Amino acid sequence: MPSPYSDVVLEHFRHPRNVGRLEDADAKGMEGSPACGDMVAVYIKVDEESQRIEDIRFESYGCASNIATGSIITELAKGKTLEEAKQISWKEAADALGGLPAIKTHCSILAVDGLRSAIQNYEERHGLVKERVPTTVEEVRRRLKRVMNPMVGLDLVRTKLVKEIEVADGKVRVVVELPDDHQFAANIREEIAEKVEPLWDVDEVVIEFLG
Amino acid sequence: MFDEFVYLDNAAATRMDERVLEAMTPYFLETYAVATSQFGYSPGIEAKEALDTARGAIASSLGAAPEEFIFTSGSAESSNIAIKGVALALGEKKGKHIVTTRIEDFPVLYSARALERQGFQVTYLDTDEFGRVDLGQLRDAIKPETILVSIQAANQEIGTLQDLAAIGRICRDKGALFHTDAKHTFPRVPLDVREVPVDLISVTAHLIHGPKGVGGLYVRKDTPLTKWMDGGFQEFNLRAGSENIPGAVGFAKAVELVTPEETARLQEMRDQLIERLLQIPHSRLNGHPTLRLPHNANVSFRFVEGESILLHLDMRGFAVSTGSACFSRSLESSHVILGIGGNHERAHGSVRFTFGRFNKPEEVGAVADAISDVIENLRAISPLGKD
Repeated sequence: MPSPYSDVVLEHFRHPRNVGRLEDADAKGMEGSPACGDMVAVYIKVDEESQRIEDIRFESYGCASNIATGSIITELAKGKTLEEAKQISWKEAADALGGLPAIKTHCSILAVDGLRSAIQNYEERHGLVKERVPTTVEEVRRRLKRVMNPMVGLDLVRTKLVKEIEVADGKVRVVVELPDDHQFAANIREEIAEKVEPLWDVDEVVIEFLG
Repeated sequence: MFDEFVYLDNAAATRMDERVLEAMTPYFLETYAVATSQFGYSPGIEAKEALDTARGAIASSLGAAPEEFIFTSGSAESSNIAIKGVALALGEKKGKHIVTTRIEDFPVLYSARALERQGFQVTYLDTDEFGRVDLGQLRDAIKPETILVSIQAANQEIGTLQDLAAIGRICRDKGALFHTDAKHTFPRVPLDVREVPVDLISVTAHLIHGPKGVGGLYVRKDTPLTKWMDGGFQEFNLRAGSENIPGAVGFAKAVELVTPEETARLQEMRDQLIERLLQIPHSRLNGHPTLRLPHNANVSFRFVEGESILLHLDMRGFAVSTGSACFSRSLESSHVILGIGGNHERAHGSVRFTFGRFNKPEEVGAVADAISDVIENLRAISPLGKD
């Protein structure tokens, strides 16, 4: 049977491009967490005038598809303006890699998210955030899709652990269907806070555990 | 480097021994008849004799009588026959409660879950950090309506051995039947049913250089077990289907070829490998340091992920296994590592090495060198473990 990974994926896995830390990075994006699954860090250096990504590096704690996607997005993003780089989709990265196994989608999306969050980090630091959209339940849910359920290594939304999301007056309430003395409760709480708190109009995040 | 691929996943499958193949061949090409009674035609009688001899040899390696051992398609089937067969025999009559552990392999775990869907109650015992069952908790878990306790002889991933004699005594004492999945220990770790009070034992041929697709179940005399594989009256009317005679002969040959000297040799390689692996920074042994399968080493490496390790080792010509979620078909982390109180991160970086007859001592150093290098490279690109 042939490998489930394309030759391009295996090549990038074996010899990842632009790997490591960028000491004089202008911004950094980090997605995933060690307690819950794969993790990607993306560092960018941006030319202030042209808004182009001058240099980019990534680090990965993850599987082959995570490493290969991290590698390819650095190649795709290098030299692009922030606006162009924001448009790099998972599909584009996967296509450039000659396809990825469906089951590995999550690990590779993480790498694309890493790039986006580095760009977002740069924009926030440089006062470039243009339109401020009020936080919705959907936006919270989208962010919770990036929090892993450590028992199975899939996200909280997909494993149906998110019982309820409420957004009102700068307060976000998330109800997780797990006992609060569960071995991973503290971990999950921390992860949710980390993902939801940075939202510009959120003052307070209340995380409740059921049971 | 080695010319040949170094296979260190002998807990998943093993290379068949030529002597096993040789013993089996005549039963494909010459004595291929179905086993018949002594009143049948001669090739059938010969086939029946071969089956009886194989059965007797395997049964006797367990200290059992020939009529206490049935052939199956492998240990997964054996465990299904044992657990579901006891449930069918005693569920209505005695009770609908079963006790097992959180770290069983899937045939036992999912048989228990299947019974839960049929209205049975199942208690999943915890284990300590090494994977050993708490005997006090076991004693407390067995109720008057408990019909069966199923606890593995050794763990499939971390290799931890259970105290079958003590578990058996508690079951006997409290009136529950005791099944054990012994596919990873049989026959390397001795088990004699005259000394250990166990009622049902699942075993398999494919992990001891025997053929795939044949296993067996020891059924102590008078154990209530209802047949559910219906058809003919084969295997003492416990499992229908034309007998796999070449398989049975091969299984018996494979059992015969396992020697204590060989097991000692595997254990030596295991110990050397563990010693080397634990020299790698941020590594820890999974499972018990001494009460473990003689051929199993399982170590977690922090800051790196198992599928990446496995793939890099594959490219360098080594086959190993990992408990990482990324590697599993379900994307779920090892339930064993989580079951012994480990976290996702520990499962993520866990690597299992299992030795077999065809491994050579020099492979220990080679795989240790390779994995040290791979881990160093992966750590260099990891965002973790750097200050």
